Amino acid sequence: MSASAEATVLITHAVGLHARPSVKFTKLAKSFAAEVEVAVAANGPWFDAKSIVKVMAAKAPKGTMLHIRAKGEGAAQAVKALVDLVQRDFDEDADHARSA
Amino acid sequence: MRAEGIPASPGYAEGPLFDLDQPPASYKAKASAEKEQAALVSAIGKAVGRLAALVETADGDAAGILEFHIAMLEDDALSGPALAAIGSGQPADVAWRTALDSEIAGYEASDQDYFRARAADLRDIRDQVLRALSQDSEAVAPPGAILYGDDMAPTRFLETDWSEGGGIALRSGSTASHVAMLARSRGVPMVVGLGDEAETLTGVALLDAEHGRIIFSPSQAEIEAFRQSASSFADRLGAAKTFLTEPAVTRAGTAVRVQVNIAYPSDVDGIDIATCDGVGLMRTEFLFGKTLPDEETQYRAYRKVLEWAGDKPVTIRTVDAGGDKPVPGFTIEETNPFLGLRGIRLSLKRRDIFRVQIRALLRAAIHGNLKVMFPMIATPEEYSQAAALFAEEEAALAAQGVAHRLPPLGIMVEVPSVALAPEDFADVAFFSVGSNDLTQYVMAAARDNAAVAHLNTARHPAVLRLIAAITAFGRAKGIPVSLCGDAGGDPAAIPALIEAGLRDLSVAPAQLAMAKAAIADVAV
Repeated sequence: MSASAEATVLITHAVGLHARPSVKFTKLAKSFAAEVEVAVAANGPWFDAKSIVKVMAAKAPKGTMLHIRAKGEGAAQAVKALVDLVQRDFDEDADHARSA
Repeated sequence: MRAEGIPASPGYAEGPLFDLDQPPASYKAKASAEKEQAALVSAIGKAVGRLAALVETADGDAAGILEFHIAMLEDDALSGPALAAIGSGQPADVAWRTALDSEIAGYEASDQDYFRARAADLRDIRDQVLRALSQDSEAVAPPGAILYGDDMAPTRFLETDWSEGGGIALRSGSTASHVAMLARSRGVPMVVGLGDEAETLTGVALLDAEHGRIIFSPSQAEIEAFRQSASSFADRLGAAKTFLTEPAVTRAGTAVRVQVNIAYPSDVDGIDIATCDGVGLMRTEFLFGKTLPDEETQYRAYRKVLEWAGDKPVTIRTVDAGGDKPVPGFTIEETNPFLGLRGIRLSLKRRDIFRVQIRALLRAAIHGNLKVMFPMIATPEEYSQAAALFAEEEAALAAQGVAHRLPPLGIMVEVPSVALAPEDFADVAFFSVGSNDLTQYVMAAARDNAAVAHLNTARHPAVLRLIAAITAFGRAKGIPVSLCGDAGGDPAAIPALIEAGLRDLSVAPAQLAMAKAAIADVAV
């Protein structure tokens, strides 16, 4: 059975999908069997969500609408889990406060 | 000779220079492409092993950086192009360097500081593997040395023994780099952006990372002056802790109120309310992230901080979106956002959204000593329109029988027009100088542009003159004036601010002690 799912989520973490957040993001993506991809625009280009090199190369700063799509076993769960992670600001402390 | 740069982590270091840019040892080519590929894979494995060992002893930030490096190294997408190049005849070291340099170039081309700063991480990753390939352990910096080079790798920082002091002096580098973050958390003095003029790479140097300069081959007089500054800095740092719990008073006995700036309600969890005079700035942009916040969410956030502060004042700034803080679905894309629809200009355009915030503020006001201020006010009409919306919402809540209170309404002084013509604003409840924006508008130097960072100083006489003008106006009219920009927490700027007449500063919580200590040293 081949499932597929797709969602978009706004990146609110102060520095975006970079360094530590991308480590968490790719680790979580790798925990699913489904093929997962991300993009910063609806029409792509799409990047392998399990590759930190590719995810970093997407250069998604704060305020980016991140598109996530998955195909295969557990696709819906994978997309939901990744969207949740982004919405939780990657479980990082909000320590990059803006200055006055 | 000396070179000027930008302080990335304050402090002083005196010691021998250590050249960070020594060429790496050479690599011996293998007999076949397969053996070259195996050598590369093994070198990557070694580098990962070395980093994993460092993670064991690293804490928070440092561990996060190392885990990022490990994740990059373990990703086949990083080694793939290099392995392919070896397959077509390149030696492992050249293939790896070429592949990584092309990644690095991608980061360096970014228009975001944060992304450009990651190029240093990529160079670190590249060099870790090159070192493993050439089986060569690099020269170790002697204890107490000043590490001097173009840029510095985070692993280099973690492998260095800082127990006997030392510092970091970089010709380029960035205050946003991982190394700068580590240096600040470990208290290692660091200066970046020293430029290429200095070529001396031997002998003793003096690193003044409080003001951002390095002196090479210093004279005896320079050494003595440096040691005095260094010991005064150490005294201030040590003494600062004793100031934290005391009210701030200058040498002449002038009392200065010191409040804190917060960006998130949870910021107050780590602050003892007894150590400050209230919240001089609570930002509300945090609420405007994923989606536009509903009234209840805002009410709870404001109430939390008001209850924490007890009877001390909490000054909440209505949403300051726009400029460098875009909010999808709220802000408007503009070619010159710092001079566009930001702060109160945007709130007055999007009144439906503004009214929700106003209702939440009116309801929260009953839980403490609330003051509300508007950002980016340029004309008295903007203030009266915003105040009228408060009056309308207050009447509506009263009609519905909802508990509320109308807080004092003040304005930020960050658009020069307010400081130049304050007489138009005689009916506001208070002024709060936003020195960061005031400076960028007076000096015409965008605060997010490193190339004009040298112009962006609140200590410029033009900025100080405006601050003095608004302070004098406030005193004459009995309108309180405070300051909530970064200058308020900068020990170097504090004397000038107090001389300009300010008696109320709001600083980052981490700067409370040093700010109070700096105030105690002011003669006024």
